[in-house]
Amino acid sequence: MVMRWRCFRQSAVVEAVTDIRLLETGFSPGRGLGKFAQQVPEAGGIASFVGKVRADDGVKALELSHYEPLTLPGMQQLAQQTIGRWQLDGLLMWHRVGIMRPNAPIVLVSAAARHRRDAFEAADFVMDHLKSDAWFWKRERRDDGWHWIDPRAADHDDLARWG
Amino acid sequence: MSVTVVFLGRLADLAGAEQMMEAPLDWAGLLAGLPEDARVAIGDARVKLAHNGNLLSDREALQAQNGDEVALLPPVSGG
Repeated sequence: MVMRWRCFRQSAVVEAVTDIRLLETGFSPGRGLGKFAQQVPEAGGIASFVGKVRADDGVKALELSHYEPLTLPGMQQLAQQTIGRWQLDGLLMWHRVGIMRPNAPIVLVSAAARHRRDAFEAADFVMDHLKSDAWFWKRERRDDGWHWIDPRAADHDDLARWG
Repeated sequence: MSVTVVFLGRLADLAGAEQMMEAPLDWAGLLAGLPEDARVAIGDARVKLAHNGNLLSDREALQAQNGDEVALLPPVSGG
């Protein structure tokens, strides 16, 4: 699942490690980051984001569904787009699907780069796209049953930042 | 001779997760095969249509053949 993409940017050939996964079961962000760090020994820094199921009042569980033919390919395209835009040594994008409990990790994004600005911005860019432009549908279980979650306007505003 | 129609997100509550419809299948045939509330929900132009894993820019141009898979994708709620 770990792949190397060659990307031509500003006439320089950049090679970045990518590790893009949809996970059906729980994962350890710490372990994911640890293994990823070993894949990018030349990086000067790694910026990581872990998204978790918010422990909101009354939410018993969160379910994320996806559509196999589109969701993972969409994440891979997002990775290529990100590598084309920032100078990265590597990009990790792990996303859960299925039923999760409050506080469980949903997503881990790690961007490794020579310089921190590229790493921070790339991770931010990936998260904004995953939050509003990736093929996931979400519903939460409360005492009275399951409720679908509609897209948030704020997520679309976040996406618009990137032009 | 059938087309698999997959319903994502809240559409699955209205039409079931998956249905087999008779091939060949076009947009009018797809609508005709759905319960009323699902048809109303799909009237929302933000619901996208994928044919064998490719998004159609014009949903009404659907021409699915035997063995094909069609998916109806409501607006995503994000990861």
